Amino acid sequence: MFWNKEIETINKKRLKTLQIERLRKTIRKAFNVPFYRERFKSLGIRPEHINGPEDLKKLPFTTREHLRENYPYGMLAIPREKVIRLHTSSGTTGKPKAIFYSRRDIDISTELIARCFTMTETTKYDIFQNMMTYGLFTGALIMHYGAEKVGALVIPISAGNTERQIAYMKDFQTTVVHLTPSYALYMADVLTRLGIEPKRELYLKRAYVGAEPYSEETREKIEEFFSIDVYNSYGLSEMGGPGVAFECKEKNGMHIWEDCFLIEIIDPDTGEVLPEGSEGELIITTLAREAMPLIRYRTMDITSIITEKCPCGRTHRRIRRIKGRADDMFIVRGVNIFPQQIERVLMGVKGVGKNYQIILDQYDMMTVRVEIDREVFTGRIEDLVYLQKELTEKIRDEVFVKPNVELLEPGTLPATEGKAKRVIDRRTL
Amino acid sequence: MIWDKKSECMTEKERQRLQLERLKKIVKYAYEKVPFYRKRFDKAKIKPEDIKTLKDISRLPFTQKDDLREAYPFELFAAPLQEIVEIHTSSGTTGKPVVAGYTRNDIEVWSEVMARALAMAGTTKDDIVQNCYGYGLFTGGLGVHYGAHRIGATVVPISAGQTKRQIQCMVDFGTTIITCTPSYSLYLAEAIEEEKIDKKKIKLKAGCFGAEMWTERMREEIEKRLGLQALNIYGLTEIIGPGVAQECMEKTGLHIAEDHFYPEIISPETLEPLPDGQKGELVLTTLTREGMPMIRFRTKDITSLKRGECKCGRTLVKMERVQGRTDDMLKIRGVIVFPSAIERTLLEIKGIEPHYQIIVTRPHHLDELEVQVEVSKEIFSDEVKHLEEFRKKVENKIEDAIGLRVKVTLMEPRTLPRSEGKAKRVIDKRQL
Amino acid sequence: MSYLKQLSIFAENKPGRLERVTNVLAEVGINILAISISSSPGGFGVIKFIVNEPERAFHLLKEKGFTVSLNPVLAIALEDRPGGLHNVAIIFSKHNINIENAHVLIPDSRERAYLIVEVEDIDRAFNILKKENIKFYE
Repeated sequence: MFWNKEIETINKKRLKTLQIERLRKTIRKAFNVPFYRERFKSLGIRPEHINGPEDLKKLPFTTREHLRENYPYGMLAIPREKVIRLHTSSGTTGKPKAIFYSRRDIDISTELIARCFTMTETTKYDIFQNMMTYGLFTGALIMHYGAEKVGALVIPISAGNTERQIAYMKDFQTTVVHLTPSYALYMADVLTRLGIEPKRELYLKRAYVGAEPYSEETREKIEEFFSIDVYNSYGLSEMGGPGVAFECKEKNGMHIWEDCFLIEIIDPDTGEVLPEGSEGELIITTLAREAMPLIRYRTMDITSIITEKCPCGRTHRRIRRIKGRADDMFIVRGVNIFPQQIERVLMGVKGVGKNYQIILDQYDMMTVRVEIDREVFTGRIEDLVYLQKELTEKIRDEVFVKPNVELLEPGTLPATEGKAKRVIDRRTL
Repeated sequence: MIWDKKSECMTEKERQRLQLERLKKIVKYAYEKVPFYRKRFDKAKIKPEDIKTLKDISRLPFTQKDDLREAYPFELFAAPLQEIVEIHTSSGTTGKPVVAGYTRNDIEVWSEVMARALAMAGTTKDDIVQNCYGYGLFTGGLGVHYGAHRIGATVVPISAGQTKRQIQCMVDFGTTIITCTPSYSLYLAEAIEEEKIDKKKIKLKAGCFGAEMWTERMREEIEKRLGLQALNIYGLTEIIGPGVAQECMEKTGLHIAEDHFYPEIISPETLEPLPDGQKGELVLTTLTREGMPMIRFRTKDITSLKRGECKCGRTLVKMERVQGRTDDMLKIRGVIVFPSAIERTLLEIKGIEPHYQIIVTRPHHLDELEVQVEVSKEIFSDEVKHLEEFRKKVENKIEDAIGLRVKVTLMEPRTLPRSEGKAKRVIDKRQL
Repeated sequence: MSYLKQLSIFAENKPGRLERVTNVLAEVGINILAISISSSPGGFGVIKFIVNEPERAFHLLKEKGFTVSLNPVLAIALEDRPGGLHNVAIIFSKHNINIENAHVLIPDSRERAYLIVEVEDIDRAFNILKKENIKFYE
């Protein structure tokens, strides 16, 4: 089933023409952004120089550091009155990345979700329970609008409160859910404990699972337990949110909507563009976003492009499941976290030293182990309990995920020279 | 700035004609599509054709919250499920929650009445609206969101909590309009003062505060400390969510969007309609709702109506600030809590004696609930560590039941006051 | 000087932690007069000692890498008869002094027992108790 058959099965030549036209338009729009204008000028670039995706190489990359430097409104390409939405995404420093949307941007993001839903046969007859956190993250609201666009019945339940999630899946006869893989596994445990068999007591048909990297094995595990189809979903706030790439019924790679996103794969160390099929860092250039166009944005996600045609008939190429990151960001419960954020919190709290470790295990547990500062020890256990509580709250406020905090005796953690391996990921997602 | 001059400034005659036309339609629609209403109307021996004037509405039977609970989940929906695009539920429970279903047209109406409300607070597309109401099943978040989108303002969908981040967004993005509960706004004011933020960095000009009761005194306090116009917003999930009524800058009452929600005031004892100006229970009828029409819904909120010219130019009837409820339902930090839900939870736990008290305070502008409950002698004489674990267990069970974190204090047996008749279970120390 | 000095040592809540400390003290011949251990549900605890040479023990433990602090505590002489502790308790309550932690020390001689008490304002407590004729460890 196609939401927009014409675009989704567009032939390669017409797609290329469309992309060039939109790329030129995007570059022209980017001239409104002082950040881009200066860089284009210094490199002598003008829209006319861009005649095809091959010319992208002439353009400079955009990184998350650039977004941070231009926070809050520095990357805006349209007047503020035209902006109707703001979303934020974690940054390494105290400031988040701010992403803006015009009405058209919202409409386009909504369209892309509608394509993804229709591609996997979700229609107005479906009942959609949205288990992502509503608010500043794009995951929930963007899917919400897209689901309404196809006419599905949306239950904006947000994340958490698993017993209620289960009660509502039964009461409202939910057929489609949107959640992270760690939450799906957690829910499976709860259902098992409660003795509820999804096949007999729930009405689920499919799940859209994303926001965290996970393996084929995990997908199969979720499919088997819930008796449903699981489709991999890829997106990032900077590109509008979820719906950037999505699996079709073949479940073999995610179609990335090439009428809206121009993609390249580069070597993360040298910046060199790699041939189609190689594995490397995904670079995306927006072709349709107006409020905040991004040129050659470094996503830091490692993947490769599938060259074969997909049996589903769509001509937009697929990218493989995200293999890992080119930086040290990790994801817990669908939330992006940089070790630097936690480090900054630790440095701001009296009573702890600089040596710390982050352990990730089970599906979604984050433990921060930190050595206490010998000089600040008062001897009172109440002070230590308070310190532990303060660290837990401050870390949670910074990264949106509540950690377990372990206070350690000084000297427990390996002393490190050079770059420390701070994050130990024992999860099997 | 008036969002919809045509609808908000109608003459009394024009509006009554519109209301009657819509009332006839909705009564017929409810009768035909909702078995619950057909049964009720038949029992009261009234047919849709019997509605000939607006006064005839008083011949129709009432709808109450329990009716909605019993109809869980979809029994009161008038439109087929394929037409329903969104679901919301009410917070806090004694048993099943209340479910509201919206068709695309209902979302349209909601966006419009919320746009009117935000416009009453001065919102235009140049504004930046920071929405601190919870996003999700609660109607507060998405309701304000849709209204702000309709106007074209920039929405920051920050949802509730994370005070530090709220302030960061306010300063960095230059928020001009804020929407949250009044108690939270004071909490924010306090946090801003504590962080010694330069007042010049705060660009707030107005706020729409609601979801809980608040006083004139509290309004003065909020306006002084945040430097903005603090306006009252009113709504309920059973009718649509926020947007049923909103205060204009004159601050002499909340204009009800009566072209969509027809208001009546009745005496909670005799159930007879009362004239304008007299305090009684607010009853609302949805005139244009497709997903789940509500006929004469008893809100249990006590208020009075005031008609006539308002200096703002709008002719929509005004209701005064809600100051009380007809039952003992509590609203804590915007969440509805029934003491009976807490009681039920306590009684299910082994080791708890059936003597408890709920103390409601507002120590730092945010409502706090303390549940003092007696425990059995065996539990009380146990090790401190076990007592602490038990206390935490009770807290967690209560949180699961009512969706709110409370403080539980375990009391020795026989320390809480006993009474002959109805025990005074709830001690509300807030000065509302 | 009527305050005793008490050692507080931070330890993770794991087996073997106490032994590591007592090993150090035993090696240099420091005598332990009293000990108390508190643990928190957060996975760590504090071990408190009254020893015969607190300053020496403090520096030694610090050198060996332990997280240790030295704090003043009151050592109140208890009368060895029924009501001995009760009389002390009455005085604390009468003057609104809150006992944060307490344990008992019985020195070699076994002549009497001492209540080791941690309070928030040690000077105030000391003056009040002295006025009430309480005897302390000498």
